[in-house]
Amino acid sequence: MNDPVDVLIIGAGASGAAVAWSLADTKMHILCMDQGGWMNPAQYPSTGRDWEARFYGDYSPSPNIRARPEDYPINDDDSPIKVVNFNGVGGSTVMYTAHFPRLHPSDFKVKTLDGVADDWPIDYDTLVPFFAENDRIMGVSGLAGDPAFPPTAPPMPPLPLGKSGARFAKAMNKLGWHWWPSDTTVATMDYEGRARCINLGHCTPACAQGAKASTDITYWPLALRAGVELRTHCRIREITTNEHGMASGVVYYDQDGVEQFQAAEVVVIACNGIGTPRLLLNSASGRFPNGLANSSGLVGRNFMFHPYAQLYGYVDEVTDSNRAPPVCLWSKEFYETDRSRGFVRGYAFQFGRGTGPVFEAVTSEARGLLPWGEDHHAAFRRLNGHRLAISAICEDLPEEHNRVTLDPVLKDSHGIPAPKVDYTIGENSAKMMAHGIARAREVLDAAGATDICVNSPILYGGWHLLGTARMGTDPARSVVNEWGRAHDVKNLFIVDGSVFVTAGGVNPTSTIQAIALYIADQMKQRLANLFD
Amino acid sequence: MPVQVSSAHLSPNALTPAQRDDLRIIAAMMIPASREYNVPGADDATVQADILATMGRDTDSIRAALDSIARLAGSPLAQLDAASRDAVASEFRATGGAPAATLIRVILQCYYRDDRVLRSLNLELRPPFPRGYELEQGDWSLLDPVKARPAMWRKAP
Repeated sequence: MNDPVDVLIIGAGASGAAVAWSLADTKMHILCMDQGGWMNPAQYPSTGRDWEARFYGDYSPSPNIRARPEDYPINDDDSPIKVVNFNGVGGSTVMYTAHFPRLHPSDFKVKTLDGVADDWPIDYDTLVPFFAENDRIMGVSGLAGDPAFPPTAPPMPPLPLGKSGARFAKAMNKLGWHWWPSDTTVATMDYEGRARCINLGHCTPACAQGAKASTDITYWPLALRAGVELRTHCRIREITTNEHGMASGVVYYDQDGVEQFQAAEVVVIACNGIGTPRLLLNSASGRFPNGLANSSGLVGRNFMFHPYAQLYGYVDEVTDSNRAPPVCLWSKEFYETDRSRGFVRGYAFQFGRGTGPVFEAVTSEARGLLPWGEDHHAAFRRLNGHRLAISAICEDLPEEHNRVTLDPVLKDSHGIPAPKVDYTIGENSAKMMAHGIARAREVLDAAGATDICVNSPILYGGWHLLGTARMGTDPARSVVNEWGRAHDVKNLFIVDGSVFVTAGGVNPTSTIQAIALYIADQMKQRLANLFD
Repeated sequence: MPVQVSSAHLSPNALTPAQRDDLRIIAAMMIPASREYNVPGADDATVQADILATMGRDTDSIRAALDSIARLAGSPLAQLDAASRDAVASEFRATGGAPAATLIRVILQCYYRDDRVLRSLNLELRPPFPRGYELEQGDWSLLDPVKARPAMWRKAP
């Protein structure tokens, strides 16, 4: 029998770690449970000669391909974009590009500004102190002064431009378009016990150097030192409720597959845009027949990705290819709404430095750029180490038919129903992607690239899982209130990407973590009457 | 020498002798040896041994791809003339689906980590960690015209 805890956090990734750290100073008994275990950087792909091959296997971003014991299957057959994530202590911060922009002020007021979707119940200014705190703990590298964003103060200098960044910079200047060195959680100097980046290059599937911030090496050491308990290899089946309609704890399977119960006074869900609705829907009961916290019917609905439109081409000079963090610059030239473009909202560009030889060979063979036979070698030498890539990360709008449900057949290794994703790219997003493709082609042309290829949408590009337990003041139109508490269950909180009302057009991790810190702060301020 | 890989992936006897023969021939058709670049073909014994030793979770797809080739060829590839092999390869690439993509990818990922091939490409024979790479700063004065721009983010009410 497990002793009851004051706060149970489900998920040790980006948001769960941040909440655990923030709540630790309350001195409550805080337990976090994760279905995965601690990562071992000595086993990360970049430590071996098969570093690229493992991207197609045990370090694939797709849980369906990776199929580690910690992963659960996701039926994404009915989506043109496949879900990618990572499960384990650190969650998807173990496997991400570390690109770390914030949502813009305008992203929180899309209904007011553009007449679409809904406004958030909170605004950018509310989150500013939490963005700053998160930047400090995750360790952000960047450059202050970006004219496309309100003032920020990254604690470390930006990543070098390198050959690829400089080539893109010249192209963007030729076009007169905005660009700026990206905020990133790759440490450019020794920082809080983390060694500086040494350009392993293969950053996305985990950083063996520890230069890339993942919460297992940022928040978790601090939270554990402050007394938070982290229990690994625990897969939660459902959240239970008591006769008062309050969350009472969770039923989970421990490392040995034994069913256990953990009682808690407060439950915090941090499983992101697919794991969270899956858990809520799997927690249906007599009192909550449509799933926990789902009186609005919106749990799982309004699911948003960021559809990516990617182009790449080849230049005459050697690029940085795989010998540097993959993303180096962003552009917000087309971020804010301009109705003359035929769509509302906008997108950011991300600029990629290139790829390694295996990825180059595999993708170019598939595209027909790399022939079989005698011409193979000459063609490969022209392509390899000469690639430049640019991606438009497009803002999706919330649409209720895009949703996460429970698959009627598919189950995980513990027999728990798996999630199913039904998703289509909306008309506004499609127009935005077409615009992004046209502009990206101009950029590559200006950079002198040839053999331009279009990859739209990026098939395995479903990194950002948002909107499925949205935040709002109206219980009929949202799942949680403006400080993250479920409208229906007063001791249940959600702190991950599922609370996003709209998606913005940038990577969401920075904003997810700022929201998690904000919600934790709200909880601390209301401890005396948290359940009123 | 073969690349060091996780032992969890080892599967040395996963293919029949006939499948191994067809694998060798299709690999040579993809990437023949080149005297000009001083590289082996993908049918080289070391590359083939790497493929067989590391196919791991891809084994079923590779078997399916080789079965598809066998069906299209109607006989071992070695018994076909060059034109007939090319026809089989074209059809295989056009209709082979996910198994074909997997077979091609596995051949490429083993070939492009072979020491001799990497040397020919002037790439170092090592994993990225722990030495990493140098990255030049680049010319930060390129940012000057952007710094001169007025604020362009939209204020929210």
